Amino acid sequence: MNHDIYIYLFVMSAVTIAIRILPVTLIRRPIKNIFLRSFLFYVPYVTLAVMTFPAIMDATRSPYAGLLALIIGMGLAWKGLSLFKVAAACCMVVFGVELVLL
Amino acid sequence: MTLTTTSSPRREAFVYGVRDGLPIALGYFVVSFTLGIAARNAGLTPFEGFLASFFNNASAGEYAAFTIIAADAPYLELAIMTLVANARYMLMSCVVSQKFSPDTNILHRVLVGFDITDEIFGITIARKGPLNPYYNYGAMSVALPGWSVGTALGVMAGNMLPVAAVSALSVALFGMFIWVIIPPARDNKIIGMLVAASFIASFACANLPLISELSGGTRTIILTVAIATIGAILYPIKDNAPAKGENKHES
Repeated sequence: MNHDIYIYLFVMSAVTIAIRILPVTLIRRPIKNIFLRSFLFYVPYVTLAVMTFPAIMDATRSPYAGLLALIIGMGLAWKGLSLFKVAAACCMVVFGVELVLL
Repeated sequence: MTLTTTSSPRREAFVYGVRDGLPIALGYFVVSFTLGIAARNAGLTPFEGFLASFFNNASAGEYAAFTIIAADAPYLELAIMTLVANARYMLMSCVVSQKFSPDTNILHRVLVGFDITDEIFGITIARKGPLNPYYNYGAMSVALPGWSVGTALGVMAGNMLPVAAVSALSVALFGMFIWVIIPPARDNKIIGMLVAASFIASFACANLPLISELSGGTRTIILTVAIATIGAILYPIKDNAPAKGENKHES
């Protein structure tokens, strides 16, 4: 490893803390720019979706287990189940599918 | 800022914060355990995992950061990735800034801002009236240790668990992402379309020649900026509640 782990930790922490603290301390009026507001509104969903698929299929030993966990997780989240239940169900699906396939 | 004050509204708000923060802390503990596995794969020690989670408290942002650390990528790539993956906190922080009463001092703003997560943002916005920082301190006092200690234990236990358990637990974090994006995608047609487009584009880019050779983090940055920009141009938001989708989770 050519990079210092503590510099890595400092960089990621400094960026995250700045992101969280600067707006709340500096901005005291509503953001007016529609484009900026729209962009920031869509970013979380887009970035999480991009990171979820197809990466979930590489995270498990069997890609089919990951795919099925994604489908069932989406179904349960759609029905409004809690974070804990959705996450736990995804884990159980992978465990079950890999038990059968591997 | 001392909690030994006899002023009861502060105490009361703090206790309510702890009460609402406990289920969050429990969920964090389980999910951060798998984040610790990712940290371990990136070569972090339990203490380094603890520090990363204590100062970041961000699932997607940390996960993305760990993959970049694992790739031994340049510091700038880590900074850009963290910025993009955590960009939503900027918006939440803007929303929270409106929730404070104008005379709130800067220290309270800094401390509350420090731990704006998806879930704490949700319970903060769900409370009526101006923001009481002591409510957030109560929630943070359990959620932050839950997240950071869970990460450290995940780093430690990563190779103590059987491979079948690690494989299964590895998707808990993806379960969390799914949980964040799907209800708003269900309720808002445009978010739903953008999520579907993101899945398709991400899958395509992971398999296309040339593009698939870029690191996962770089692909995430490019796709996020491109798709969110297209969304913002084609479907600018109209209402003045930009974060309403975030508010649907009351688990």
